[in-house]
Amino acid sequence: MNGEGGARHILSILVENRFGELCRIVGLFSGRGYNIDSLCVAPTPDPAFSRIILTTNGNDAIMEQIIKQVGKLVRVLEVADLNEVDHVEREMALLIVKTRNPAERQEVLNLVGVFRAKVIDIAPDAITVETTGSQDKVDALLGLLKPLGIQDIVRTGAVAIPRISAARGRDETRGPELVVPEADSAV
Amino acid sequence: MRGAKILIESLLREGVDTIFGYPGGAILHVYDELAHARDRIGHVLVRHEQGAVHAAEGYARSTGKVGVVMVTSGPGATNCVTGLANALMDSTPIVCITGQVPTHLIGNDAFQEADVVGITRPCTKYNYLVKDVRDLARVVKEAFHIARTGRPGPVVIDLPKDVTAAKTTFVWPEAVDLPSYRPAGKGDPEKVRQAVAMMVAAERPILYVGGGVVNADGAAALAALAEALNLPVTPTLMGLGAFPSAHPNCLGMLGMHGTYAANMGVSNADLLVAVGARFDDRVTGRLKDFAPHARVVHVDVDASSINKNRVVEVGIVGDARSVLEQMLLCLDRDMRLEGPPPREAWWATLRGWSSQHPFRYRRRRDVIMPQAVIEELHRLTKGDAIVTSDVGQHQMWVAQYYGFKRPRQWLNSGGLGTMGYGFPAAIGAAKAHPGRPVVCVTGDGSFQMCIQEMATAVQEKVNVKVVVINNNYLGMVRQWQELFYSRTYSEVGMEWLPDFVKLAEAYHARGLRATVPGELRPVLEQGLATPGLVVLDMIVSQEESVYPMVPAGASLQEMVLEPPDDGSEDPEPRDLA
Repeated sequence: MNGEGGARHILSILVENRFGELCRIVGLFSGRGYNIDSLCVAPTPDPAFSRIILTTNGNDAIMEQIIKQVGKLVRVLEVADLNEVDHVEREMALLIVKTRNPAERQEVLNLVGVFRAKVIDIAPDAITVETTGSQDKVDALLGLLKPLGIQDIVRTGAVAIPRISAARGRDETRGPELVVPEADSAV
Repeated sequence: MRGAKILIESLLREGVDTIFGYPGGAILHVYDELAHARDRIGHVLVRHEQGAVHAAEGYARSTGKVGVVMVTSGPGATNCVTGLANALMDSTPIVCITGQVPTHLIGNDAFQEADVVGITRPCTKYNYLVKDVRDLARVVKEAFHIARTGRPGPVVIDLPKDVTAAKTTFVWPEAVDLPSYRPAGKGDPEKVRQAVAMMVAAERPILYVGGGVVNADGAAALAALAEALNLPVTPTLMGLGAFPSAHPNCLGMLGMHGTYAANMGVSNADLLVAVGARFDDRVTGRLKDFAPHARVVHVDVDASSINKNRVVEVGIVGDARSVLEQMLLCLDRDMRLEGPPPREAWWATLRGWSSQHPFRYRRRRDVIMPQAVIEELHRLTKGDAIVTSDVGQHQMWVAQYYGFKRPRQWLNSGGLGTMGYGFPAAIGAAKAHPGRPVVCVTGDGSFQMCIQEMATAVQEKVNVKVVVINNNYLGMVRQWQELFYSRTYSEVGMEWLPDFVKLAEAYHARGLRATVPGELRPVLEQGLATPGLVVLDMIVSQEESVYPMVPAGASLQEMVLEPPDDGSEDPEPRDLA
């Protein structure tokens, strides 16, 4: 029942940082036939807790169940569906692109520039690129580099955080929100 | 104090008086300590660890206390898995302590090692691996708290052998500190008010009550609410006894083998109020046609039960008893009713359905009818026994014909449907209620799933009567093959059964048999009057089926009331194909 027609959702889960808790959450998804598309876990500034950012998909009914079932777990403090709030989302990818000649190398460097990605390793016949952005942006860069021949890709999956304005609950009494320009909003 | 003693002391602080278990190498320090605490804490030595968990479930469900299990590592722990899954599905509070190999051997494929925390994760409410003796007392305290609060369930504590040997100061924590665990208590007052207003206004309401009312000890509040609002009540299989079956407002059980009145009532209701029930598929039949005309109010302690199967109009997360009491209070304070709403037309319709199609069966003179066994059992025990069952036709016949009066009187495996549950559960219930009659109604198939516990029952001298509804078949499977697989009877014939009477004698118990209707009453009477374990082998009509029945996947309105008439009043058993 992997949410046919369901949208992609980003869940932010705050859990006690103990062995086995991640397994319990992941096991809940597999045990109920829900898919996890990506998963990022790291301790919060308070090392007693971890933040899990998980992307999955499902219709409203499935998402309600997922959130309630995860929220019911004994060591889970908080589950939020970031689709419900304005949020920013980033994913990182490392990719090795083949460059058989200087023209191809130049092409990669141009694209890296446009996407504000980074070259982190280079060899006569390949370039390793680091890119960060929304899933769509990473997909777009990959799409452009693909014809050149991508040797290897690793992607982190999404991390996401509510926008400052969303975190403040859009409280009018606080005065106008600062509009923070996205640092790498290219494409 | 060493870990083993800390464990025993902690169990005593939690009020544990009985442990169901089976020793082995990894748990030996604890068993050694247990021997020194015999005067304060009892132990029931089962013959298989699955039996230990079911016995603890019987103890827990019949008392409302937490059932405690103790077993060794590896196979001892894995044998508990069925019981744990069963307890999770039926929301039964269990704390299961499993021995584990010493911490330095964990992950080394040591002798009798198993990843118990991993194996039991999906079939427990929570589980622990204790790696440091200093955590032990806190873990025990938390485990009992988690097991018994909110939606109750099983908790495993996996305990490495070296932790039980290690020493530290015993400090019993005064309070549980679990910031992320917040079991529901009272319901949202505004929603409660809304629900009560809907109940007052409804023309055709039905109250659908489940095991959650039993778990929350909410039966008294339920009866008061049903009477104050003149509500028809239909209990689920797990809810039987939460509302007295003889109460004039009781429609009987609903669902697959429920009453015509209950199923038609739900199908025609304009308001369905579900309390401590979870819209299980055996209750709802085809979901989209369940209570199709009803607005729905759902009270459940588990937020994830609400909107899981049925989208509801008012969902109240809370303990069933608290919410029912809130409803009563709200009724007294805000509603000012001039007596209960009469709802004459609705009651006339419901009573019509009840008298038109009560539970009934063909009474025969040549062969014992299984339903007659249950009716006779009810008469002889005055409906007062604690009754456990296994899973199958006999379970449904008990549900239909015993007529339960009180909560915690009926113990069966409703969620997982575990054959083998009934007999050890009866042992657990008998340990908790030594003065009361405890009857396990089982089948020839189910009884054999945990039949070794006869030794436990005899050793413990418990007063358990086992009534075997013996039809030489896996009867419910046969019934499905008859109805849905063109009578292709595939592997349902128990062609070789043990002689249950001789087997009982082999275990130093009494065995009695009834083969013709005239023997039924005297044999039951004699069996009930004989102290200790008695096995009553009831040779019943082989091809009797459970009716009425809602075929799987059909709607409640499509219930089949009687077997299709095949022209044979007295069908001979067919060949086992």
